[in-house]
Amino acid sequence: MTEELISFASKQDMLAKSKQFWNPDKTQFWIDSGVPLVIDRREGYFIYDVEGKRLIDVHLNGGTYNLGHRNPEVAAAVTAAMQRFDIGNHHFPSLARTALAEALIKTAPRAVDSPPKGEPRGSGGKGFPPGSGGSPGGSPPRGLAKVMYGSGGGEAIDIALKSARHATGRRGIVSVAKAYHGHTGLAVAAGDERFATLFLADRPDEFTHVPFNDLDAMEAALRGRDVAAVIMETIPATYGFPLPAPGYLAGVKRLCGRYGALYIADEVQTGLMRTGELWAISKHGVDPDILVSGKGISGGMYPVSVVLATEAAAGWLTEDGFAHMSTFGGAELGCVAALKTLEITCRPEVRSMVHYIAGTFTDGLARIQATYPDWFTGIRQDGLVMGLEFGHPQGAKFVMKRLYEHGVWAIFSTLDPRVLQYKPGVLLTPALCEELLERTEVAIGKARDDAAGDTATGRRR
Amino acid sequence: MTEAIPQPTSQPINVAELLVDPAGVPRARAMLQRAEWAARAFARYDKASVDAIVRAAAAAGAAKAREYADWAVRETGFGVAEHKVLKNIACSTGIVDYYASHDYVTPRIDHEARIVEVPRPAGVVLALTPSTNPVATVFVKCLLALMTRCVVVVSPHPLARGVCADAARTLAAAAVQAGAPDGVIQVVDEPSVPLIDALMTDERTSVIVATGGVPVVRAAYSSGTPAIGVGPGNVPVLVDATADLAKAARRIVDSKSFDNSILCTNESVLIVTEQAAAALLRQLKQAGAYLLEPGERDRVAKLLFPGGRFDIRFVGQDASRIAAEAGLRVPKSTRVLLAPFDLVVPEEPLAREKLCPVLGLVRVPSARRGIDAARAVLRLSGRGHSAAIHSTDPQVIMEYGAAVDVLRVAVNVGASLGSAGLETNLAPTMTIGTGFFGRSSVAENLHPSHLVQCTRLAYNRDPAEPFGDFAGLVPWQAPAGPVPPYPVASNQRGDHPRPADGDGPARTTARSEHNGFSPDASGLREEIRRLILEELSQLAGG
Repeated sequence: MTEELISFASKQDMLAKSKQFWNPDKTQFWIDSGVPLVIDRREGYFIYDVEGKRLIDVHLNGGTYNLGHRNPEVAAAVTAAMQRFDIGNHHFPSLARTALAEALIKTAPRAVDSPPKGEPRGSGGKGFPPGSGGSPGGSPPRGLAKVMYGSGGGEAIDIALKSARHATGRRGIVSVAKAYHGHTGLAVAAGDERFATLFLADRPDEFTHVPFNDLDAMEAALRGRDVAAVIMETIPATYGFPLPAPGYLAGVKRLCGRYGALYIADEVQTGLMRTGELWAISKHGVDPDILVSGKGISGGMYPVSVVLATEAAAGWLTEDGFAHMSTFGGAELGCVAALKTLEITCRPEVRSMVHYIAGTFTDGLARIQATYPDWFTGIRQDGLVMGLEFGHPQGAKFVMKRLYEHGVWAIFSTLDPRVLQYKPGVLLTPALCEELLERTEVAIGKARDDAAGDTATGRRR
Repeated sequence: MTEAIPQPTSQPINVAELLVDPAGVPRARAMLQRAEWAARAFARYDKASVDAIVRAAAAAGAAKAREYADWAVRETGFGVAEHKVLKNIACSTGIVDYYASHDYVTPRIDHEARIVEVPRPAGVVLALTPSTNPVATVFVKCLLALMTRCVVVVSPHPLARGVCADAARTLAAAAVQAGAPDGVIQVVDEPSVPLIDALMTDERTSVIVATGGVPVVRAAYSSGTPAIGVGPGNVPVLVDATADLAKAARRIVDSKSFDNSILCTNESVLIVTEQAAAALLRQLKQAGAYLLEPGERDRVAKLLFPGGRFDIRFVGQDASRIAAEAGLRVPKSTRVLLAPFDLVVPEEPLAREKLCPVLGLVRVPSARRGIDAARAVLRLSGRGHSAAIHSTDPQVIMEYGAAVDVLRVAVNVGASLGSAGLETNLAPTMTIGTGFFGRSSVAENLHPSHLVQCTRLAYNRDPAEPFGDFAGLVPWQAPAGPVPPYPVASNQRGDHPRPADGDGPARTTARSEHNGFSPDASGLREEIRRLILEELSQLAGG
């Protein structure tokens, strides 16, 4: 059936039509970057180019494919659901939306095991509030009580920001420089100007950007008491996963409390067990007022995004439930996919595996780094959220190209192209981890020579 | 859903139904994947770490020997709690003491053969455990796996799943606390046929160790996964006139009544030569056996074998209860019912396996005819399993051993604990290899070496090629901390990066004295034996 709908004479023919009818700049960019990828078949952590080349996916579209491509359990759940459900009617109470909301509020946080005895506690660096920040496996966020739905991460961020403005009666939004929250109206204004100014979508009067890991700058932005919310990716993804300094996020939360702003945790890329806990923010001892998840929440099978909020932050749902609506937000098929995804993600076995996988990469990458210390200059890692730093302003682009050649798909960080985003799946097998590390080691070595011979600094992006 | 919402179809909507696999198969697969990770880590542990883990797990099991004995009897309705306590201790700290001097971890150097053997564990062991010896079997399989650096997924018999799951978790928690990798022992809470099938056929399962009924064992062998499966028993015991009949009688009654005959090694049919019969029967009665009259025997046979098949309601029930159910009045002290019959033939139900204290009794004119009768017992079932003999004539014993189709014969010892290695120098186990006779791949009692193989570094035979100096070279390491490490963010780990594993073998000065695969723990074994005998005699006296 797919062949009847989609058919091209050749890859070249397809790429030409892609430029003609879809996105000429983007299509050409990948060709120029040495990644002429047109994904056809996909299965587990493998994607296959139309010409048959196999790639291990460590991009995962920011965690969308955490559980692998076409995870059989999620696919089965969606297939079964399609015998009964479709997107649904967004006005009415819905079976699937209600079940997912309940699972997110109740089941999901409870399903996270407390860390077994003997696991190291946090080092408790300076700036930690007593008894919270940095303690690994800290309790899941408390107080989240309501769920709102979108169809994508940007929409969910917009819902979160609107909810915060309603709850506080303030307009100001503070985010960090080089943040990425999506491309819809409010979300794009909260993110880096890279994606806003082209569309005249920046709003400097309402949206303040402060440097990451700078509590003084944060306090300065909040001091006027006109800020509705601080929105933070727990680890800024598109900026190359710079890690929050010990105590930083807890400090931001404290400042929010002091100046009457809400704390919005953007967990689109860091949630869903990627850091070894369901939500990365729980490792920082922060109870956010609002938590946003998208991408991987529905297993890459049917788009849905969610906003979890405290009663206080979700007040509009009581005051005027029709105030925000979305035809596709919380589509029932997506909710079913999300329910299954959440069930899989919260299995104690999966959490354990993520810890094993993370440890394997800690060791394996350290060994590679020891071979190329001057080139492979840094490893930012929190669980399976990893940013690999290279000693060249465009370093990650060289590595990306060589990885592609060697059967691995990983993407550079748009807002810091020195850094490669390295995001392995949460269900990886030991064998595939070893294979991936070997391919990575060889590609990093070759990219070093490429970068050494390069004088240009590459294109924009 | 409630009826208040009209449904377009006849079936009510149940969202959960769309999402939950009732067989639990995906969850079981997740367990295997976690197990694969744990096995990968555990396979690189050094001997001292393994020892600490094994000791901790065994001690935790032994500490709950009493609790689990009571629980097993409560849950399954089988057996005698007092006896299960003994088995639980023998199969936890007892078994660890027995193997204390063994080493299934450290490489061994054979200078003469110019070969170095590097132990390599099987990996993920799928342990199918029975309802009859539930906790003891869980203990044995888990501990043998830990000794060899294997990880285990336990799939208990549904009749005993509660106590088995708890026992497995107790061992798991103690093992992890002592440094074992997370997931080293896991347990299936809701075993079902499709789930067990999924576990058995999964490529991540390295070896199946199946104890249970014939169908389970055959399924294990046909799964395509390497399997160690063992068949059922049906134990003939021959007594001739050269035996110490008083001792033989006491041993047989003690053994047949131990845990109400629930060990598969228990005596099924007593074959006695005419010359010894009268005296042996006197002694048997004295020891607590009751000789059924022909009419009584028929009532018992009908009760135990309705329609010709053994009624499992009587597994592990005591003699007086069986007598009462058959409408018989027997002395209160009765521990074993003796059921005489003439000929061991397929139509004689009493000649088959009886996991309850009813012992068939056949008189034979000579030891040679006794051997024929024993062969006949094993033609019905139990080939490859075990037999017993009470005699002081080596020629008879040798002929018996060479003629009956079993792979162990308990000599002048009760069969229950004798063949299980608790009162002989066989390996102590609840899993009895039935070998080629019994269509199994193992002939011995289940032993740690069944779960570990060796990579052999074989040098050129030519002495001109020098053999390397491997003295003290050990490729294994103690874990640096919890395994896996908690994923602490890289900017919070402190200044010391974790030592990368696999950086090459380390030399150690302390070397294991014992070559692992040659058992020698006679002192400890003697102690266990004494403990068990002491307890048994107290029980017999009380």
